Amino acid sequence: MIRITHVSKVYPRTGTAVDDISLNIAKGEFVFFTGPSGAGKSTLLRMVYMDERPTNGEVRVSGTSSVTATSRDVAKLRRKLGIVFQDFRLLENRTAEQNIAFALEVTGAPQSYIGTRVSRVLTQVGLGGKGTAYPRELSGGEQQRVAIARALVNDPFVLIADEPTGNLDDRATRGVFQLLREINSGGTAVLMATHNLDLIRRQEFRTIEMNRGAVVFDSAEQHAAKPAEG
Amino acid sequence: MQRSVRDVLIGFRRAPLLSMLSVTTIAFSLFAFGLFGLVALNIRQALDKLEDRVEIRAFVAEGTTPEQMGIAYGDIVKYPEVQKAVIVTQQQALARAQRELGEFRDVFEGAVLPASIDVRLKPGARDPATVKRVSARVRAFSFIDDVRYGEDWIEKLYALRNVASVAGIVLGGTFALVSMIIIGATIRMAVLARAEEISIMKLVGATDGYIRKPFLIEGTIKGIMGGLLALLLTYITRGLIDKYFIQTMFFDTRITLLGLLFGAMLGFVGSAFSVGRHLNRV
Repeated sequence: MIRITHVSKVYPRTGTAVDDISLNIAKGEFVFFTGPSGAGKSTLLRMVYMDERPTNGEVRVSGTSSVTATSRDVAKLRRKLGIVFQDFRLLENRTAEQNIAFALEVTGAPQSYIGTRVSRVLTQVGLGGKGTAYPRELSGGEQQRVAIARALVNDPFVLIADEPTGNLDDRATRGVFQLLREINSGGTAVLMATHNLDLIRRQEFRTIEMNRGAVVFDSAEQHAAKPAEG
Repeated sequence: MQRSVRDVLIGFRRAPLLSMLSVTTIAFSLFAFGLFGLVALNIRQALDKLEDRVEIRAFVAEGTTPEQMGIAYGDIVKYPEVQKAVIVTQQQALARAQRELGEFRDVFEGAVLPASIDVRLKPGARDPATVKRVSARVRAFSFIDDVRYGEDWIEKLYALRNVASVAGIVLGGTFALVSMIIIGATIRMAVLARAEEISIMKLVGATDGYIRKPFLIEGTIKGIMGGLLALLLTYITRGLIDKYFIQTMFFDTRITLLGLLFGAMLGFVGSAFSVGRHLNRV
């Protein structure tokens, strides 16, 4: 589903952000990306949703290649992805409902469908009664749920979350994480970059640790290597 | 389209000050352009009036019969460059000279002035070269003594006209360019004010065309509104000039509509440029 082949990203001013990474991510997988700040997690995720193109190598997501994709191809790909950020990125002058509907409007979905779909996804993230609230009237956890609802509204096959709990307290973090697990159990793959080691330790999900642009640990490889060692 | 128009209206409502500022800026740059246009139009009008007076006067030799003059007249009016020709008899020439001299009319008491064929050329055929060519043809009649057409002043008039045209094109082009830059900058402000929205639109899969459309419509509407305001300002200014200084001419309907179209085009191009540049960066 996502194939990253010998991918590097070099910025002219700051140097190498990602250094020759190769990875495969299967359908429906839940993957944690962890590592210190500047390890290259966010750059790698940005290359998955093609906000950045690799300097070398190829990222292939559901048939779209970073080497050949046009801006129209990228737009079409993003309609099949859900993207969530640490800072929520909600439009302050729009209500929760309008923020979510926004993602459907750009795809040209009919207005009648948008209405029902938005209320369903709001219920799914536990904000059934807060559709008409503006972001400033919601807590951090609730704002992140709205952002997740916006990411889910197009029924994506993968949800990319870059530090989604970075601005949240423990309780809200647990709530948001639980929501991501539920989404994953419905068949949507989740790629989540996080600093929160507690969160990772308590889970059985695949964990990829990065440092200085390279993968230094991939639990999937270790599991695969274990039988060989034994 | 419906979405784009709705977005434009929302844009105007959300940032009324910025929208008003854009429209006013566009209006003032087009107003400067309009004033310049008005000056150019009136200079041209004055030159056209002067040009209207271009006339070839072919003096007929003494003793020429009216039949000979009639034949020459019949030939001359058939020249493609000629608008009309008039036979002026000796008596008519004298009467005209006395009329033109007013209080000094006594000077012509008992004088004999030559008869002539006065030739007026069609508009577009009054340039020095054509006037010279037609004069030469007229002069070829054996009974034509002399041909006068004010060679000097026609050449000066045309030189002035050429200078006015070149100055018009250069200044007009400069004004248009300045207007476009100012409009581009104001639309850029509108684009930057919505940068966050644009980046989110891109993240959720909006195509560049989808993002661009409302800005292009907004730019065009602002261009038209700015154009209307500029037209009103120009009209008022012209009224004041008319009242306190000299009689001037205003744009006709065709030029007015062209002006509005020009405003719309400036808005459209300015927006396309600003949004395009922004989309290439994000």
